[in-house]
Amino acid sequence: MSAALPSPIGRRSFLRLAAIGGGGLVLGCYVRPSGMAQVAKPDSGTVDGVFIPNAFIRIAPDGKVTVYSARPEVGQGIKTSLPMVVAEELGADWKSVSVVTAPLDAAFGPQFAGGSMSTPMSYEAMRKVGAAARTMLVQAAAQAWGVPAGECAAENGAVRHLPSGRTLGFGELVARASALPVPDDAAVKLKDPKDFTLLGTRVGGVDNEKVVTGQPLFGIDQRRPGMLHAVYEKSPVWGARPLGANLDHVKSLPGVRDAFIVDRTVPAGQITGLVPGVAIVADSTWAAFSARGELKVTWEDGPMPDSSWDDFARQAGELAKAAPGSAGVAVARRDGDTGAAFAGAARVVEASYSYPFLSHTNLEPQNCLVHVQGDHAEVWAPTQNPDGARKLAAQVLGIPPENVQVNITRIGGGFGRRLDSDPVAEAAAISQRLGVPIKLTWNRTDDLQHDHYRPGGFHFMKGAVDAKGALSAWRGHHVSFGSTMGGDAFPARFVPNYELFTSNLENGVPQGPWRAPGSNTYAWVTCCFLDELAHAAGRDPVEFNLALLGDRELVPGTGPRSQPYDAARMRNVLRRVAEKSGWGKALPRGRGMGLGYYFSHQGYIAEVAEVTVTQAGALKVDRVVAVVDVGSQIVNLSGAENQVQGSITDGLNAAWRQELDIQKGRVVQTNFHEYPMLRMPDAPRVIEIHFEKTPHPPTGLGEPALPPLAPAVYNAIFAATGKRVRQLPISRSDLSWS
Amino acid sequence: MSKFILHVNGRSHEVDVAPETPLLWVLRDHLDMVGTKFGCGIGQCAACTVHLDGVPSRACLTPVSAAASVKVTTIEGLSPDGQHPLQRAWCELDVAQCGYCQAGQLMSAAALLARNPSPTDGDIDEAMAGNICRCATYYRIRAGIHRAAELSAAAREARA
Repeated sequence: MSAALPSPIGRRSFLRLAAIGGGGLVLGCYVRPSGMAQVAKPDSGTVDGVFIPNAFIRIAPDGKVTVYSARPEVGQGIKTSLPMVVAEELGADWKSVSVVTAPLDAAFGPQFAGGSMSTPMSYEAMRKVGAAARTMLVQAAAQAWGVPAGECAAENGAVRHLPSGRTLGFGELVARASALPVPDDAAVKLKDPKDFTLLGTRVGGVDNEKVVTGQPLFGIDQRRPGMLHAVYEKSPVWGARPLGANLDHVKSLPGVRDAFIVDRTVPAGQITGLVPGVAIVADSTWAAFSARGELKVTWEDGPMPDSSWDDFARQAGELAKAAPGSAGVAVARRDGDTGAAFAGAARVVEASYSYPFLSHTNLEPQNCLVHVQGDHAEVWAPTQNPDGARKLAAQVLGIPPENVQVNITRIGGGFGRRLDSDPVAEAAAISQRLGVPIKLTWNRTDDLQHDHYRPGGFHFMKGAVDAKGALSAWRGHHVSFGSTMGGDAFPARFVPNYELFTSNLENGVPQGPWRAPGSNTYAWVTCCFLDELAHAAGRDPVEFNLALLGDRELVPGTGPRSQPYDAARMRNVLRRVAEKSGWGKALPRGRGMGLGYYFSHQGYIAEVAEVTVTQAGALKVDRVVAVVDVGSQIVNLSGAENQVQGSITDGLNAAWRQELDIQKGRVVQTNFHEYPMLRMPDAPRVIEIHFEKTPHPPTGLGEPALPPLAPAVYNAIFAATGKRVRQLPISRSDLSWS
Repeated sequence: MSKFILHVNGRSHEVDVAPETPLLWVLRDHLDMVGTKFGCGIGQCAACTVHLDGVPSRACLTPVSAAASVKVTTIEGLSPDGQHPLQRAWCELDVAQCGYCQAGQLMSAAALLARNPSPTDGDIDEAMAGNICRCATYYRIRAGIHRAAELSAAAREARA
């Protein structure tokens, strides 16, 4: 391994720091087992005299503070927000803080970016990281002045003696602080949040200037001396092996260095890691792409060459008629007596909903740079899951995971796709054969046809309202592909008679998490069907849903996939969104407002969409109002608003025109002309966001604002047109009215 | 392979590549200017937008042979110091999320502002419809263009 870490601390320092916490740390990560802080010794690349109180912070004698960002930046803003938390508690001057992306290293604790988990998992830990270092700096200053530490405070990169007004900059305290023992957890006092000066303000992304000047931040931008470029062709029918290819011809093409079949599946039997294919290695990306145009491969049929969406829909329809508990129909929950409730109901509503498979379509196509040298490898990857990337690369290469060094690059869109590491596996296999750095680049067709898709699904719904207009029974049958609703799916626990049946269809389609997995469709089905029932009861949807939530507070979870539900938090965001949106105002025909609300990723969010539908059926989403409860503290107000604005617009992106067609065991779509993305003219021009601060730990915002959007728009379409559409995407349905 | 002289951001570069090689890959692989991004390869996403004699163009569809006779401007050359009003506005309003599409967005927006210093929302819709933002930051891109127009107007007034 010749390459240095992309960090200003040398490898030996890092290994020493790595001993600070161990793999499972979160809260204890600032405690140095030796009990002593150290001034870094002049290891390679190390600046002497730097105060390193823990793995995340270094303070130079000139006062410059460097904070390590452990979690991958996928656009969720984590590289800015978690270092802000450290800086807030440290009392640093944000303008003098540089943020550096950490490589994968146990010293930094969990390093994945997914499930909107970074904030809830790391917020308190990062506070303590900053507060521990601040405690040491304050002690150092108190020592220097011979005053009690209690008379001193850290702010704006300096410690101030409050009675006298004297100050010492952090840089001036480095030598003295470095000699102090790291304080015990108990001795580290966190700031009172009401004294925060940085958290809750609008702070621009730390890489913004590099982004707007085109600097090489992303995985696809990485390069190494001697690097070659690779493409990897897989069967359009998932899991099919190559039987042969015109490799001699391909190898004779300009710029091509090698072409070969990879006939391995790692892990065995799975289609989301390394799967068989044909690699072409060339001097440039274009040479590899061009050669691929002449590649001819004979593929075997594959395990499920006849899979098709139409057949899935037919099978789902048959399952809907089967008796609960019979083959293929599991009972996920049964409360009360739905049969009796339907029999005695004032109104019964039945409806079928369906939604398609979706692709992640990260704008940065999947790619990875790997250099394998003997039994070691170095990886540069736009990965949401660097530890998973390390393990899969090690498995493919047959070397220990600790021999794989992973450098985390900025990521051109994650959305869950980059929790899986198949491109890393492919690049590793190719580099192992050639022994040189290999940059693998997928094209857009690879990306669409070899995604790990958001599964499509079908919901067969039956609901009832009683003579008082209350929801009296709910029955759902969810048919999907390996992942179905859990027994706590809303409105379970809020309706006395409730049944949920689930079925899974056999299929050969690779699947993976897509932004707000499950919730991104469950919210749509649930809130749309609740809207149908509210109208059947002749009640206003906001009032109907508030009544459904009742007067309970925290409702405990039940069953194997249990999830507590804070009804009070949800009622609050519902009331507030009605207030903020002007819910109930009179609108002419062709305009309407709709409500969506959902609890996911620990966030309680309600959204109201206001739409216009022309008589010819053209839709415009004029305005969206969101009320968001993600706990007591917004970390970076600009980032938080950006996530909600983006989630709302992305929710519309997915709901409006996106669907994959599956025919003959493959995805039909090949590029954006067949898989339309939302563009500027269709993006909502008015998005209003209100954060409700509640006394709960801060939670993440990468996902939970997305699920409520689709039902808000669908319910608004109904309000505008009187048409109830029950298929995603919207473009499947004719919205014209007369 | 053929030799071409490319004029990129005010500097000349000689490259020896196949004539049909898209300008995108010449920039990225041969000139090590990776700000111009690959997204789709068929002119559908506009992440690769550059200016050819000031006209916004898709570098993935422009063969190097067609780029050799014109002045190419990429995101790296949008301004000498990263202080183009759009770049300032993008930082001020914290427009980017993942940031991958933003070079293309900025190049499309720069061409718009060059011909229309104070665009309406409708003008923005029309000029920016070719650019995909997968993070869906359109709300802030729109605001960023309006803000850049204000910054430019203020600068013009200050000079007047």
